[in-house]
Amino acid sequence: MDGEKDTIVCRCSDVTLARVRELIDEGYESFEEIKRLSRVGMGPCQGKTCQQLVLRELSLRTGKPVRELAGQTSRPPVSGVTLAAVAREAKRHEE
Amino acid sequence: MRNKASVVIIGGGISGCAIAWNLAARGERDVVVLEKSYLCSGSTGRCGAGVRMQWGTDMNCRLSKKSIEFYEHANEILEYPGDVEFKQKGYLLVADTAREMEQFKKNLAVQRRHGIPSRLVTPGEAGELVPHLNADVLLGGAYCPKDGFLNPFKTTDAFYRAAKRLGVGFCANTTVTGIDTEGGRVRRVRTDRGDVETARVVVAAGGMAGSLASLAGAELPVYPERHHILVTEPVEPMQDPMVMAFALNLYVQQSPQGSFLMGRGDENEPRDGNVRASWRFLEEMAKSVEFLLPKLAGLRVVRQWAGLYTMSPDRQPIYGQAREVEGLYFAAGFSGHGFMFGPVTGIAVSEMVLGLAPSIDVSELFLERFERGHLVYEPAVV
Repeated sequence: MDGEKDTIVCRCSDVTLARVRELIDEGYESFEEIKRLSRVGMGPCQGKTCQQLVLRELSLRTGKPVRELAGQTSRPPVSGVTLAAVAREAKRHEE
Repeated sequence: MRNKASVVIIGGGISGCAIAWNLAARGERDVVVLEKSYLCSGSTGRCGAGVRMQWGTDMNCRLSKKSIEFYEHANEILEYPGDVEFKQKGYLLVADTAREMEQFKKNLAVQRRHGIPSRLVTPGEAGELVPHLNADVLLGGAYCPKDGFLNPFKTTDAFYRAAKRLGVGFCANTTVTGIDTEGGRVRRVRTDRGDVETARVVVAAGGMAGSLASLAGAELPVYPERHHILVTEPVEPMQDPMVMAFALNLYVQQSPQGSFLMGRGDENEPRDGNVRASWRFLEEMAKSVEFLLPKLAGLRVVRQWAGLYTMSPDRQPIYGQAREVEGLYFAAGFSGHGFMFGPVTGIAVSEMVLGLAPSIDVSELFLERFERGHLVYEPAVV
């Protein structure tokens, strides 16, 4: 498809649509596998942008509906927080 | 899925994939690897990615030295189209107690016997190696420039692809439900997707190893222990060696992508196989980092996760055949170092399964050591 080499799917880790499609074509058919090999979803946004895009690609290529495909595990923190802030809060609770 | 195989390997992490490739490379290609989720979904894919030679036991020094020599040429040996991203930027072990310094000296004597290029460093030298280290709280450290880290996903993928090219069958999303024996010998492996007839099974399943052993009526003295890692936002390169502290219970490394990985364990964790991440870890780590690496406390954490160390009684791996069942082999109990030892695990276990003369003597790590009661305890574990 035109432009897939220039289309960024994951802005945190600079992963292109072409790379995602290449991995799917090589047989990696889950978000978690594609994440481990390409780093989609590993950046500060925790997959909030790329996960939907990758799942849609997986759905198009495999024929499975998106609702049957698993995304990644959501874990804290929801957005970036400094270690200093975490330490400050932890000490405040200890007092 | 094949319904018959010469060897069945349970576990699609670094150990399982390395054993599979080594078997195939030695001519045994009728091998099936069973993985309950996707490859690298267990301990390998959750590990801290570091590989080091700074150990306190002879065996761990030998296993790690040979593994690192393999990793130096892994891309070429495995003909990997990608890159396993092996970087030898060293490990700096730091001590803030006199007891740790004493232990470092003992460990260095063991390492020296194996030709491992490690040395003691003063707090000042530690500060030169890692400028943002709070050297004021240190008594000193130990440093080995040949230690390093590599990408666990890609390394496992490299073994997987190489094994697959040689004809090994991989079955993901396949859960083992039983291991049948007849007359004390392995007969078949049952899964939720059908059975595989086989006379030889290798359990390379990390935290699941103990429960898989019981499925076959064997006993394996291991238990899973949850360990955590957090990752920060990426920043400019500022730290070469992995910083590790035993009393403070942490390791901190900057990945090639620029993000920092910070990990630790807690031996008081319930031994229930839980791999969900906890907030308490984040708080404890944040306080330790503020103390040891104050400048890094300004970094934002973007994610955290947990994985399992599979602990053995002496914190060294367990290789070899079960006493109760012929044809049942283990590669287990790595106690947090299965990724580092992957290449040697592949060599040692494949030779054992095929009855070949061992190219590395791992007999000290056979299960029988627990009956003899002669254990050499590995002191250097975070």
